[in-house]
Amino acid sequence: MKHDTKKQGTKSNSSLFFSTEFKACFVILFFSIFAFIITFTFDEVPPILNRGIQPATFPKILLILIILLTCLVYYLSFKTPWKKNKNLDKPFFITLFVLILFVLIAKFIDFFLAIGSLSFLISYFWGERKILFLLMVSILFPIIVFIFFETILGLRFPGGIITNLYYS
Amino acid sequence: MENFYLMFAPLLSTKLFVVLFLGTVFGLILGVLPGLGPTTGGALILPFTMTLDPLSAIVLLTAIYCAGTYGGAITAVLINTPGTPAAAATCLDGYPLAQKGEAGRALGMATVSSTFGGIFSVIVLVFFAPLLAKLAYEFGQPEYFALAIFGLTMLASIGEGSPIKNLIAGAFGILISTVGKDFMTSIDRFTFGINELTEGIGFIPVVVGLFAMSEMLIQSTLLKQIFNRVALKAVKLPTIDDYKLTWKTILRSSGIGSFIGVLPAEGGTVASLIGYSEAKRWSKNPQDFGKGSIEGVAGAEAANNAATGGAMVPTLALGIPGSATTAVILTGLIIHGVRPGPSLFREQPDFLYGIFGAMLVANILFFILGFFGAKIFARITLVPNRLLWPMIFAVSVCGTYSLSQSLTDVWIMLFFGVLGFFMRRYGFSVVPVIIGLILGELVEGTLRQSLVIFDGNWLMFLTRPIALTFFILALIALLFPLINRKKNEQN
Repeated sequence: MKHDTKKQGTKSNSSLFFSTEFKACFVILFFSIFAFIITFTFDEVPPILNRGIQPATFPKILLILIILLTCLVYYLSFKTPWKKNKNLDKPFFITLFVLILFVLIAKFIDFFLAIGSLSFLISYFWGERKILFLLMVSILFPIIVFIFFETILGLRFPGGIITNLYYS
Repeated sequence: MENFYLMFAPLLSTKLFVVLFLGTVFGLILGVLPGLGPTTGGALILPFTMTLDPLSAIVLLTAIYCAGTYGGAITAVLINTPGTPAAAATCLDGYPLAQKGEAGRALGMATVSSTFGGIFSVIVLVFFAPLLAKLAYEFGQPEYFALAIFGLTMLASIGEGSPIKNLIAGAFGILISTVGKDFMTSIDRFTFGINELTEGIGFIPVVVGLFAMSEMLIQSTLLKQIFNRVALKAVKLPTIDDYKLTWKTILRSSGIGSFIGVLPAEGGTVASLIGYSEAKRWSKNPQDFGKGSIEGVAGAEAANNAATGGAMVPTLALGIPGSATTAVILTGLIIHGVRPGPSLFREQPDFLYGIFGAMLVANILFFILGFFGAKIFARITLVPNRLLWPMIFAVSVCGTYSLSQSLTDVWIMLFFGVLGFFMRRYGFSVVPVIIGLILGELVEGTLRQSLVIFDGNWLMFLTRPIALTFFILALIALLFPLINRKKNEQN
């Protein structure tokens, strides 16, 4: 039992850089250091207008705190490794890809079409095969939502192939 | 005394009562559906509240909060999956009871104890919130800064998961609040030349992203999950013997839940776990826990619903949210032009007592709806995820877009959805991000104004007794998990 704990609590050199803990902490540190560097590009106010601290000081304090805490989390992970997650499978990556597709369609073709397409694709790839349900989710429901937001909240959706037809 | 009459406004106004009823029904639906809950639901419904007057809007949100917290128990008992995180402890004994053919008894106890816990916490709210608000009159900028820091450290130490990870998430939330024009000097920060970012990052895109979108991605990894549903004939009121066995547990858990709720943390979730473990500790039959103990159901459910009223105390009295859902309610208050804090108690007592009354009535309404309609609400879980989540996506996208009619908000929501997924995957709770984001302006603003008062001398904070007390409490909150861990290691 004692042996197991020791084994769990230490990491070999090869796994050090490929461990989940290292990867996650590396991403946080990379982001924090990048943001920290960015803070040096903020404008400074002249001393006469400076009330308390410069605008960059507060984000700098936060980023230093995040960096220190991330190092601490990584150090502690040697003693108590994080819970292991199972590998992400196909449906997750498909969902992620569909989200990217949504952004592209919404930006370059039509917002409404993007919602309908995403609803159809997610529903299909998550296992729905009945055409009636697919149509309900991808056409009927977005139309209801669209009309609801349009009439009750007086919302004007961004222009696009289908939306322009509705507004014209 | 006349303030108490104001509590009955929701019952006297047809419009308010209809809003309250709809909010309770919607809250139950959200609570029943695993992955959704009052926080996500509240964030999704926030744009719709713009069509309502401030009181109706907040009544709707609080009804969703109360009913949503209870609704999680229905799924916990029948399919062994908590509808909301706050119902996780209910699964431990609720589902074994259901497997023994006592689903009706378990749900009956869950309904009664939730209602009692909820009403108990509203009483705490009615008496305690004005007292806290009175105390807050003494607070200046340094005290508010210290209080916000205390709130964040409490969130880190008693929230779910690792305290250090929670602190990182909280600091990240505050960092997000610094994006945009600096409110004191109008200097751009982290805008990267993008015009839409100069106004800062909105609360709704972040909440919907971190909760709804990240949950959709999590659901995409759980497609093969099979739920074993237990049939429910009817919800049964607890018997005299059940009452005899559980009344002390219900009362204790109501107190624990209300107290935990007042502390800024994931109120209901932590409260139900403590309520459950205390029920086990004090029980004459601790060996039955986990195998279908009715006391376990009562302990967890009374505590999580008692946390709702408790969490509203700091939200209304200080403007500091006591949980993720109250952060949404706080946003609702702000976008409707209501600034929570001590002045609200002096200037708009009718508004406040209207909210108290609405919470009281919501607890009674979900008792009636839960008792007679649990069977129908349980059927909602039959809607497959492959149909449910595309619909939630459509509402999320339109709701996020609607607040400022900006596609940038939709991109931000998607970004935070992916970020939230990975945060949750690696054990970082998303709740501190939300609380940090909402407290960010308060933390920075009070710090900078305090430094103006103190002429830049940071040590002057220590000369203010109330601020010093909060700092000491914050330090204790930070050290508590470490001491606890050491103790556990020694044991």
